[in-house]
Amino acid sequence: MEFLSYLISGISLGSVYAIIALGYTMVYGIAKMLNFAHGDVIMVGGYISLLSMTSLGLPWWLAVILAMVVCTVLGVVIEGLAYKPLRAAPSLAVLITAIGVSYFLQNAALLLWGASPKAYTPIIAGSVKLFEGQLSISYVSMLTVFMCIVIMIALTLFTGKTRMGKAMRACSEDKSAAQLMGINVNRTISMTFAIGSALAAIAGVLLCSSYTSLMPTTGSMPGIKAFTAAVFGGIGSIPGALLGGVLLGIIESLAKAYISTQLANSIVFAVLIITLLVRPAGLLGKYVPEKV
Amino acid sequence: MEEILKVDNINVYYGAIHAIKGISFHVNQGEVVTLIGANGAGKSTTLQTISGLLRSRTGSIEFCGENISNTPSHKIVEKGLAQVPEGRRIFLQMSVQENLEMGAYTQPGAGIDTDLERVFQQFPRLKERRRQIAGTLSGGEQQMLAMGRALMSHPKLLMLDEPSMGLAPILVEQIFEIIRQLHKDGTTILLVEQNAQMALSVADRAYVMETGKITLSGTGAELAASDQVKKAYLGG
Repeated sequence: MEFLSYLISGISLGSVYAIIALGYTMVYGIAKMLNFAHGDVIMVGGYISLLSMTSLGLPWWLAVILAMVVCTVLGVVIEGLAYKPLRAAPSLAVLITAIGVSYFLQNAALLLWGASPKAYTPIIAGSVKLFEGQLSISYVSMLTVFMCIVIMIALTLFTGKTRMGKAMRACSEDKSAAQLMGINVNRTISMTFAIGSALAAIAGVLLCSSYTSLMPTTGSMPGIKAFTAAVFGGIGSIPGALLGGVLLGIIESLAKAYISTQLANSIVFAVLIITLLVRPAGLLGKYVPEKV
Repeated sequence: MEEILKVDNINVYYGAIHAIKGISFHVNQGEVVTLIGANGAGKSTTLQTISGLLRSRTGSIEFCGENISNTPSHKIVEKGLAQVPEGRRIFLQMSVQENLEMGAYTQPGAGIDTDLERVFQQFPRLKERRRQIAGTLSGGEQQMLAMGRALMSHPKLLMLDEPSMGLAPILVEQIFEIIRQLHKDGTTILLVEQNAQMALSVADRAYVMETGKITLSGTGAELAASDQVKKAYLGG
């Protein structure tokens, strides 16, 4: 029973990682860059939702929508101001810029909202008790897993069936060829950032709801872990992000429970390193050999 | 005859390398015009400049009477100028049909099914393989897919960059048969080729490029008969 409860909390944590990892993986797939500021967009989503519920007194669902809108705009603005001018620059320049944006967002949050952690009231309180109270699953956990599944299905349909989604896949394969089809590559990249950032807002709300506290660095560690999850599952792959996220969550939760709380993070990253040694493209990553 | 494309004195650089040195040429409505020349003469660079992927420092490119030298690539496609790039550049991880749908990206959704049928009629092999992932097609099939994809946009001018590259002789014949057929149906074509003999056999007019310049021009038959071309490109 104890094991089951750790497993469930792992799946729930992993679902948050998966939602964040989807943002990483989509942006990487299309813009071929690692947006290290992604984790901090999560934190902004957390603050916006918290402030709209506490200061503005909005209902939780409206707070979530507002956080999504703000993060979407933020994501598109970051892309347009910081990354777009570097489209032709070496990838190291873009990477350093992304790290810069990450610190900028953390420090802006520090200025605006202060360093001390704020208490975050979960958007849905309570839990279900099973097996005569031996197993308790919070509503937030259930909502997290449910949202993760809904987002996965929606994104799979979007990239597989819609014109815009297919254009994104075309851009991720070959930008010049996509341009020769009449696809506006810059707009497609903006759109990808918009979707990734909206997902980050949802992840922020879910993350803060399960940890019930929020500060300017809240997004960093989950951001890095989600990045790990994306690489673990195969960066650029949507199902890979889901698989990587959930597995990472389960490993972390079980490692905390049965091995050591202090070592949990080391174990998570050790699993990543071992996986990449065996499968360099990640679990579901496609290794595409160059066709001569 | 109406000029559909007019390239006037373009100069293109890759960093410090002067790749295109002030060339001018034109393509009339309904014609097949070919640019022939050795590897590195600047033929593909010329097509990429017309498509807006590269920019000229001087001169102008007019398409249907409109200056497109500063128009973004994706807008140029909307105006009816399609390119089948060198090396085909199909989307290898997408299905055959999805590749064709990407070709129709600039088109209103309603006509896409009819256009798909039209392309499948031209290339029956593609119909058989419509659900297959494009990366699994053979070289010849990939070339057909690349051409079919470009035709999905109803181009007023179709630019083909080395369609025979890397194909077995029998497939080269097939590709040129398709080019003849497209010509007969009234498609205007600008063809870049290293296979000068094949290119001149389908072309109304031709230009010879050498190290970034146009050195000769004339009708396809004239150039095929010219001693200079025979010596340099047709093996004596």
